[in-house]
Amino acid sequence: MISSSFDAIIPMLCVALAGLVVLLAEAFRGRDEKMPIGGLAIIGLVGAGAASILLWNRNATSFGVVTADNFSLFVNLVLIGVGILTVMFSSQTIERDGIPAGEYYAVMLFGIVGMMLMGQATDLLVIFLALETMSLAVYVLTGIRREQQQSTEAAFKYFLLGAFASSFFLYGVAFLYGVTGSTSLDRIGTVIAAQSMSGNPMILLGVGLLIVGFAFKVAAVPFHMWSPDAYEGAPAVVTGFMSTGVKAAAVAAFVRVFLSSLEPMITDWAPVLWLIAAATMVLGTVVGVAQTSLKRMLAYSSIAHGGYLLAGLVAGNDVGKAAILFYLAAYALTNLGAFGVIALLGTRERANDDLRDYAGLFKSHPALAVLMTFFLLSLGGFPPTAGFIAKWYVFSAAIGSGYYGLAIIGVLSSVVSVFFYLRIVVMMFMTDRDARPVPAPITTVAYAGLVLSLAGVLYLGVLPTAVIDFAQASISTIF
Amino acid sequence: MAIGHYLVLSGVLFSIGAAGVFLRRNLITLLLSVEIMLNAVNLAFVAFGRQFGTVDGQIITFFVMTVAAAEAAVGLALVIGLFRHRESLNPEAFTSLKW
Repeated sequence: MISSSFDAIIPMLCVALAGLVVLLAEAFRGRDEKMPIGGLAIIGLVGAGAASILLWNRNATSFGVVTADNFSLFVNLVLIGVGILTVMFSSQTIERDGIPAGEYYAVMLFGIVGMMLMGQATDLLVIFLALETMSLAVYVLTGIRREQQQSTEAAFKYFLLGAFASSFFLYGVAFLYGVTGSTSLDRIGTVIAAQSMSGNPMILLGVGLLIVGFAFKVAAVPFHMWSPDAYEGAPAVVTGFMSTGVKAAAVAAFVRVFLSSLEPMITDWAPVLWLIAAATMVLGTVVGVAQTSLKRMLAYSSIAHGGYLLAGLVAGNDVGKAAILFYLAAYALTNLGAFGVIALLGTRERANDDLRDYAGLFKSHPALAVLMTFFLLSLGGFPPTAGFIAKWYVFSAAIGSGYYGLAIIGVLSSVVSVFFYLRIVVMMFMTDRDARPVPAPITTVAYAGLVLSLAGVLYLGVLPTAVIDFAQASISTIF
Repeated sequence: MAIGHYLVLSGVLFSIGAAGVFLRRNLITLLLSVEIMLNAVNLAFVAFGRQFGTVDGQIITFFVMTVAAAEAAVGLALVIGLFRHRESLNPEAFTSLKW
């Protein structure tokens, strides 16, 4: 095969190109003319997926700052899955909510480009640029329903705290640059490994600031305050997109930075991340129990899931790294499915996301109730769903590294979380329905998206070995 | 001047910006505070670059300035959006979500 220095960025180019085409299509669209703009987005994403598969095992690099190793390609495939499912759910909701399709899909695709770059970048400055590309797109998506005060308010809160955290991240990059003379991860890794840097206050400060920046994007305690507000205020599909895509990209970069170049300092940062992971799991679960809005409840649940991911990072062993990748795939499918159901049940005027709105859902929408039950069980970690295998895998990684305390906290918090997932299930099946606005009939495309996520959740839950092998192969190329 | 002086100035500016985000009660000033934080980081980059005798630090600053400009564009757009809803720039006027 011909190889050039552009190889590693082909998946991103496909998605970016699709974004441009979508913008152009919208610009040339006549008033009231129907155009399959979502279809264009899907074509770009599928192209990026094909490119990622073709690049497998080739370890292509571009310009010395972007790599397409198996690790980032696995993350790419997860992100492409997130993108395709989001487009499928959006097809119905953006028409209902009167959101301009071209702008919405274009911003979403550019956001995905940022996410992919985050997993692929091997230079702290490029990671920062990717982080901003992704974040700016997601801020806009959060506030895309301008006529709704709640949506704009959520976007501003997310934006302000996000920009605040990015500057912490950048300050951390500045200190690492000041100590090592480079922003390249390889170079930083060699310098740190060559000289024992543990006691150097400047590098500790730099690492601490990087942790703040990443923890913010992963929505880890104590940097989680933005996420319930942003998740509640954003349109439900966008919430699904950002709770899975942003988290996957941020975790991927977190893992790459901390387990490759900062690995020599593991004794310095592992205790800090242990505390953050434990606090995130506990707080996400405990506060989640008290919520009455389903979106807010799932926001806290996704905070807790961030904690489980960090537990895999703290473990830092090979099982932990593969577990993180598997967890990302499982969590992405499950959470997107759940938010897809919420999105489809809303109406233009009302999000219908209160817990009481789900009373008697089984009677009005039996199929949606059954799908939602599977997604909730997977979030709670019941066999035979993806969530069970993912959690089991993460906790066994923690035990493998001797972090028994963390594993116990994780298991206990996921037992408590089962309470609030089951509360929704009981609501859907065993309560009579109240009067509430009836949502529009659900389109085939949106249904297909839900069924696809369910198929993925069950596949990962019943036959996980293929994907686990795939995840293990992905981590073997780096670190 | 030794690099220490620049770093202290950068630290002071960063702290002023960070404090501003929590203490000021005007949406525009909040945005300005974030910009001050980014520029404090720029100062640190330039100072380190000068210490190493390379231009890397200054080149990085250009990237950061571009990002800051993009951030300002999105931030101001959101402020305008908020102002249209409430005719106010006071963050306390916006309470439809729990903080």
